[in-house]
Amino acid sequence: MKTPLLVFNDKGIYCEKADVYIDAWKPVDKVIITHGHADHSRWGHQRYITHHDNIPIIKHRLGDIEVVGVDYGETFSVNNVKFSLHPAGHIIGSSQVRVEHQGEVWVFTGDYKLDDDGVAKAYENVPCHTFITECTFGLPAFNWRPQAEVFEEINNWWLENQQEGRTSVLFGYSLGKAQRILKFLNPEIGKIYTHGAIENMTEVCRNLVDFPLTHKITRETTKKELLGNMVIAPPSAHGGTWIRKMTPYVTGSASGWMTFRGARRRRAIDQGFVLSDHCDWNQLLEAVKNTGCEKVICTHGYTDIFSKYLRSIGYDARTEKTQYEEVED
Amino acid sequence: MKAFAQLIKTIDSTNKTNKKVEALANYFSIAPEADKVWTIAILSHRRPPRPVNTTLLRTYASELANIPLWLFEESYHIVGDLAETIALVLPNVESSTNKQLADFCQDLLDLKPQSEATKKAYMIEHWTQMDYYERFVFNKLITGGFRIGVSQKLMTRALAKATDLDEDILAYKLMGNWDPAKITFEELILEENKADYLSKPYPFYLAYALEGDLMDLGNPADWSAEHKWDGIRSQVIVRENELFVWSRGEELVTDKYPEFQEFVGQLPNGTVLDGEILAYPNNEIGSFKDLQTRIGRKNVSKKLLEKTPVILKVYDLLELNNEDIRKKPLAWRRKELEKLYTELRNEVSVFHLSEEVKFEKWEELVEERKHARAIKSEGLMLKKKEAVYGVGRKKGDWWKWKSDPFSIDAVLTYAMRGHGRRSNLYTDYTFGLWDENKEELVTFAKAYSGLTDKEFKELDAWIKKNTLDRFGPVRSVTPHHVFEIAFEGIAESKRHKSGVATRFPRILRWRKDKKLEDANTLEDLKALIPK
Repeated sequence: MKTPLLVFNDKGIYCEKADVYIDAWKPVDKVIITHGHADHSRWGHQRYITHHDNIPIIKHRLGDIEVVGVDYGETFSVNNVKFSLHPAGHIIGSSQVRVEHQGEVWVFTGDYKLDDDGVAKAYENVPCHTFITECTFGLPAFNWRPQAEVFEEINNWWLENQQEGRTSVLFGYSLGKAQRILKFLNPEIGKIYTHGAIENMTEVCRNLVDFPLTHKITRETTKKELLGNMVIAPPSAHGGTWIRKMTPYVTGSASGWMTFRGARRRRAIDQGFVLSDHCDWNQLLEAVKNTGCEKVICTHGYTDIFSKYLRSIGYDARTEKTQYEEVED
Repeated sequence: MKAFAQLIKTIDSTNKTNKKVEALANYFSIAPEADKVWTIAILSHRRPPRPVNTTLLRTYASELANIPLWLFEESYHIVGDLAETIALVLPNVESSTNKQLADFCQDLLDLKPQSEATKKAYMIEHWTQMDYYERFVFNKLITGGFRIGVSQKLMTRALAKATDLDEDILAYKLMGNWDPAKITFEELILEENKADYLSKPYPFYLAYALEGDLMDLGNPADWSAEHKWDGIRSQVIVRENELFVWSRGEELVTDKYPEFQEFVGQLPNGTVLDGEILAYPNNEIGSFKDLQTRIGRKNVSKKLLEKTPVILKVYDLLELNNEDIRKKPLAWRRKELEKLYTELRNEVSVFHLSEEVKFEKWEELVEERKHARAIKSEGLMLKKKEAVYGVGRKKGDWWKWKSDPFSIDAVLTYAMRGHGRRSNLYTDYTFGLWDENKEELVTFAKAYSGLTDKEFKELDAWIKKNTLDRFGPVRSVTPHHVFEIAFEGIAESKRHKSGVATRFPRILRWRKDKKLEDANTLEDLKALIPK
């Protein structure tokens, strides 16, 4: 039996033929990075290859690394293995990795979603034989609504809070979710303030996408100027002392996990908005179907359940253990 | 239904009590009359009986969602709430229902005796007409348990706000038996109806657990102490030669305790006693386990009556000669109660008095509490002598001071995902103790509470990485972590594999300082069983 084109070893997803890793979780020589979230782009590799738009993001996070940028659809070969990156629609600069050798095609999705969110370059279907997919939300309980509806809800919520004399504090992951929220907030309602971590990351992204004006919250920011306005903060800011400055405030969280009432209540958040940068159940099924693949490998999320379902409808599906975490989304 | 669903959504999306009360009060001022009655009923645990069992609901939902049943079940274990799982997996629709809450409740009453085919048609018809949130609320009506942080007390407060009626009077009106399908809002809330009052109990006054130091309560002379009896809190009412026995869950349980008929003809009409129903086998106070043989039975056999008779351990008098005396000080009520007891103790064998524990210094109570268990008491109750009989749980005048729980060090062996706010987290645990050879762990208790959110999160992550095997929703984990498990009572049991049953087991602390082999044995546990 010949060695599969990609294998999962203790360091990451590995292409032996080309001696290249994808999203490795332990330091390696050469690595292709799908996107800038910490569990996919780790510190300590010798040489990084990623999409041009992802370079400023990972440099912001990892410092001065040796990195080569490529375009979507641009092919590069290593030892007769052809690699190319394709939009994943997850966050700015996110890619799927296509790997081809002697006519056999594998695709690793990284993290992805099918809906065009207007910030990340929209997902592209890449036909393949073996499809390696995440399934963070691989349960039929997850069904996203169109983002226009969700943003209308968010803006209405902001307006209501403002009318009641409260500041809105909306939690979202500092890379990806925060910029997506920012892009669709209605600046006519009021000013948009940001936590330092989000301000810095957004600054990096401003070279790639236009965003409304934001104000970074500093020690000098007063309670009075915040009142009735919007604050975007990372989930970790909840419950700390930093947030006290926003009093009186109402909290909201934008995440796929907000689907569950229990998840919202557990985090003691007033209002949950179901907004995710991953595929929901139907998107996952659609993605698998559209690639025309025969084999599916599920990497992170509800892998057991999703692969079992795929087998029940005729796919050769299995799971592989990785170290990509269930992030806060 | 739209307004009701919106109400639930509003309440569910805030953690602030005032906002909840405000939303409820608004709803009570605008909702249709019949919907108001049903809302009160639902929020005071009087929802319509379940018309469709959960097995059928699961089957219908997975068919409509076009997913296999196993996938529905997996989803349910992760979501942790059946009503929510169904609402989530069904295909989204744009429509919304125009039916009122009362219509739905009536439907559910009518649906109960119908055939399975009719039930299925009804469910599918309505599921496909509702948006997500309406569907969720509709499912909750059927499966029960609106856990949205609205206590009956909070609901009563909102009702008082909307009607300008006194909160305590409303609480009284809402007690007892009333049928939301038959009564109008006018009759239930607004009218004065003497006939209804015949069977009505008073809202129970409840104690908080004592916090801090006993000495902080001030002068011992201001306080009355008695033992805390471990039975069923009840009110016994005799009015117009009729007996009514109410349990704390506002359940009329008169028929379950036929021996209390003794009170009729002896207690003056217009008397309400507050006390604890206790098992009394062999003329001494029995355990809660003895009492359990009586709780579930509707028809009490003669044999059972002989084997496990009950008594009423009385500690308060709420009504005397048809007069509500709850506003009189405890010391005054106590005196009247004692008078009544002295008069009737020989006539009514089931009438027992919960004696006061006399003390002058707090230290004496510390001593008294130490041997509470020996007399089948759970600890002590402390009541302020000048206190009126309040409504619901209030801080300050009544305190319960329970005996320290039993505790034992056990090993985590199995875990299951939790429900409600713990959905998708492994928070329901099974614990084992070593067998005599210290080779095998024998399951002895399940516990769900006692850890902080942070600890739950840490343990959840550990469980996911240290799973040995999966049995449906249950995971067996590597025996490694030791926890100190506290429990209130312990007795031999044939139903448990360990041979021991514990009451209210919960986690006292995570013993990270202890190794697997330091956990206790089953023998250690058995040694705690009172002889």
